Amino acid sequence: MTTSGQTSRGGRLKRRGAALTATLAIGALALSACAESQREEGEAGGNDAAVDSTFIFAASADPASLDPAFASDGESFRVSRQIFEGLIGVEAGSADPEPLLAESWEQSDDGLSYTFQLKEGVMFHDGTEFNAEAVCANFDRWYNWEGVNQAKSVSYYYNSLFKGFADSPENAVYESCSADDELTATVNLTEPFAGFIAALSLPSFAMQSPTALEEFGADEVSGTAEAPVLSEYAMGNPVGTGPFEFVSWDSGQQIELTAYQDYWGEQGQVQDIIFRVIDDPTTRRQSLEAGDIDGYDLVAPADTAALEEKGFKIMARDPFTILYLGFNQEIEQLADLNVRQAIAHAIDKDALISQTLPEGTKAATQFIPDSVNGYAEDVAEYEYDPEKAKELLAEAGYEDGFTLDFNYPTGVSRPYMPTPEQVFSNISAQLEEVGITINPQPNKWSPDYLDRIQGGPDHGIHLLGWTGDYNDTDNFVGVHFGQPKADFGFENQELFDKLTEARGIADVEEQTPLYQEINADIMDFLPVVPLAHPAPSLGFSPRVESYPTSPVNDEVFNQIVLSE
Amino acid sequence: MLRTIGKRLALLVPTLFGLSLLLFLWVRSLPGGPATALLGDKATPEAVEQINKLYGFDKPLIEQYFTYMGKLLTGDFGVSLRTARPVVEEFATRFPATLELTAVALVFAVGLGIPLGYWAARHVGKWQDHLSVFLSLGGVVVPVFFLAFILKWIFAIQLGWFPTDGRQDPRINATHYTDFYILDGLMTQEWDAAWDAFMHLVLPGIALGTIPLAIIVRITRASVLEVVNADFVRTARAKGISGQLIRKRYVLRNAMLPVTTTIGLQLGLLISGAVLTETVFAFNGIGRFLRDAIFYLDYPVLQGFIIFIAVIYSLVNLLVDVSYNLIDPRVRVQ
Repeated sequence: MTTSGQTSRGGRLKRRGAALTATLAIGALALSACAESQREEGEAGGNDAAVDSTFIFAASADPASLDPAFASDGESFRVSRQIFEGLIGVEAGSADPEPLLAESWEQSDDGLSYTFQLKEGVMFHDGTEFNAEAVCANFDRWYNWEGVNQAKSVSYYYNSLFKGFADSPENAVYESCSADDELTATVNLTEPFAGFIAALSLPSFAMQSPTALEEFGADEVSGTAEAPVLSEYAMGNPVGTGPFEFVSWDSGQQIELTAYQDYWGEQGQVQDIIFRVIDDPTTRRQSLEAGDIDGYDLVAPADTAALEEKGFKIMARDPFTILYLGFNQEIEQLADLNVRQAIAHAIDKDALISQTLPEGTKAATQFIPDSVNGYAEDVAEYEYDPEKAKELLAEAGYEDGFTLDFNYPTGVSRPYMPTPEQVFSNISAQLEEVGITINPQPNKWSPDYLDRIQGGPDHGIHLLGWTGDYNDTDNFVGVHFGQPKADFGFENQELFDKLTEARGIADVEEQTPLYQEINADIMDFLPVVPLAHPAPSLGFSPRVESYPTSPVNDEVFNQIVLSE
Repeated sequence: MLRTIGKRLALLVPTLFGLSLLLFLWVRSLPGGPATALLGDKATPEAVEQINKLYGFDKPLIEQYFTYMGKLLTGDFGVSLRTARPVVEEFATRFPATLELTAVALVFAVGLGIPLGYWAARHVGKWQDHLSVFLSLGGVVVPVFFLAFILKWIFAIQLGWFPTDGRQDPRINATHYTDFYILDGLMTQEWDAAWDAFMHLVLPGIALGTIPLAIIVRITRASVLEVVNADFVRTARAKGISGQLIRKRYVLRNAMLPVTTTIGLQLGLLISGAVLTETVFAFNGIGRFLRDAIFYLDYPVLQGFIIFIAVIYSLVNLLVDVSYNLIDPRVRVQ
């Protein structure tokens, strides 16, 4: 390598570079003309479809996995709902289960066996037939997971709902599955499980092609126990029976799906779906405004009016959420029921909702939304009454008030709480009104906040919420008040026992009165103040005529209606 | 020459080793852990514990460090906790994007910075000079993300001249071989795709290139002023050599030395600046991924990426020194 050679080569390169730049610039101009003409032709050619059949939706993140059995996050489920279908679906616009791939089912008298009659003529995208054997293959797959696949971080929903695996049958709720004939499958359970049917509507329990599962090693979560790596199946070969089939996943960028031509049901207008990954909420809004996307989820309440004014469509889901103010009874004052009641009376929920929560939000009288089984009409309600709050405080011996830590998360937007800082300020001001001095405790949502609230007793009153996974009361009240939790710091064995009992009843009708009683008990005991059931909003371009909003996010894009 | 390069490369090893240790300790000392970030608000304390056990975060730090280094030495950067894909793979798919963006930013900064600095120096003390100093000061003062935001708001949202985000219009069905989108477009003769990718790079490129631009303007200006007043230029002028020749052969070439160093150093800054620019423009490069890794405390990604960037930075520095050596005979003699 000689210096002079380098220099002269450098000189040549420089000249060449200049020439290249010039060529590129001229080329670019010519290209832009070309590109435009091509585009015009393309659009003219596609006119027979009447509408642009490509639907671009902004996702806030990549899916965690394309195999829904190994996923528990909303972005994964949004994609899997297009590709996969379960035995059980969700009734449009509600949270209630309805037949999907199973046309009907029968429950045995002891509540331990379910016989499903399957839909005929359904094919997986890879040509595999959907039949009773495929159903059993799926159930057996979940049950026989080993090692890393059993970790709650990997198979969250199977773990949470079916408890045990083949190597620990003593905990397992699932027992066996048999294919009685081509289109009849029976699933046997080891104990009654009232939420079984509703649970099967979760994308995690969707039917997947047994052929593809095997071919692409779906259960071979490679790597080591310390560092599991997604299977080839979960990274790019998901095969279901849904209206759309998988095309490509460009990690961090976009996921593409296309209409499955042999779909058994209505295909709808949308032929191609592109999920673009845009993690910043402001960027999502701007992309919609600029016409780069057709829609996005969780529109910030502050943006809804502005977007609507510009002609964009805002659609709210029926609320299936709860936002609450949690009490930590480890704190002396909060252990006193009078104080908890005083705080409940001090909060003006209507003001809170109109000032900080999206349109469509309902005030909460109890911990579950009214669409959930066991919603009780007659619970103790704590209407806004600051005078009564002051009286109750005086009764508890705090006529001069006291100082209280108030924990709230920052830098986060949840479906049940789009702007935590605003909710905090609003409630703080109301509590200060009745003489409680607030000591603000802001924490970054991830990873500090949840650690602080759920990890130990070091917190005061706090803001949190919950989005229901499927229509099951235990998923709301059981999760929160069924056992001692650091969040709330109380022991109420009577309540714990009642919740355990309710969970064990196989029949939903029988469960209902018990859950109603439990909901009333909770409002008497008052471990939290249920504030509101916020309605998450979606924003769409004007060409979207309708979108199948669902309280449990069961939104399949073949039902979208477009006008242009 | 080769010996110098060899020595510098050898020195890189202990430097990176030290860096990896510091990095490891720093990353683990960040408050909280990745478990809750991973599991979200439905995490139970047991699940958090399970995650920590699964990834070995419950083991003593020293053990974790040696396990990590042992794997690193075999080229195993581990697996991203958030995406469950190998760090190397995540990196490989995103690095071309950042490199493409950095290249556009650098072309913008150098292509505009050197002429502007030279122009200012030629009109020293006049309005042209004041204007360029004012502009370059502005370039340094305005934060990258703010500029990115303003550019986007004006040129993408209000005027609609450029796309708002991403690397390519999702409706374009482009073929990708190298993951350098412009290059791919040119290679496959998908002109539409190449042009679209270029348009996606304009605004982020300008936002990212503005600080280096400002710095290059100032360095060029100062350097040209210094050379213009040097003895050899005066001698050349006295000899009656034409002004154009003096400017080209005597002034510019000599003035370029410090500018070259600056450009090299800017490269490192550009890659770190990409974190903000890529976030604003939802640009799928390593910058945005690194930001997510910080947010989710994705230890393997954080560690792997920073070590990688450190290597790049060191290599670029080395390259700058070598090119300095080539341009200036005086450096070579020493």
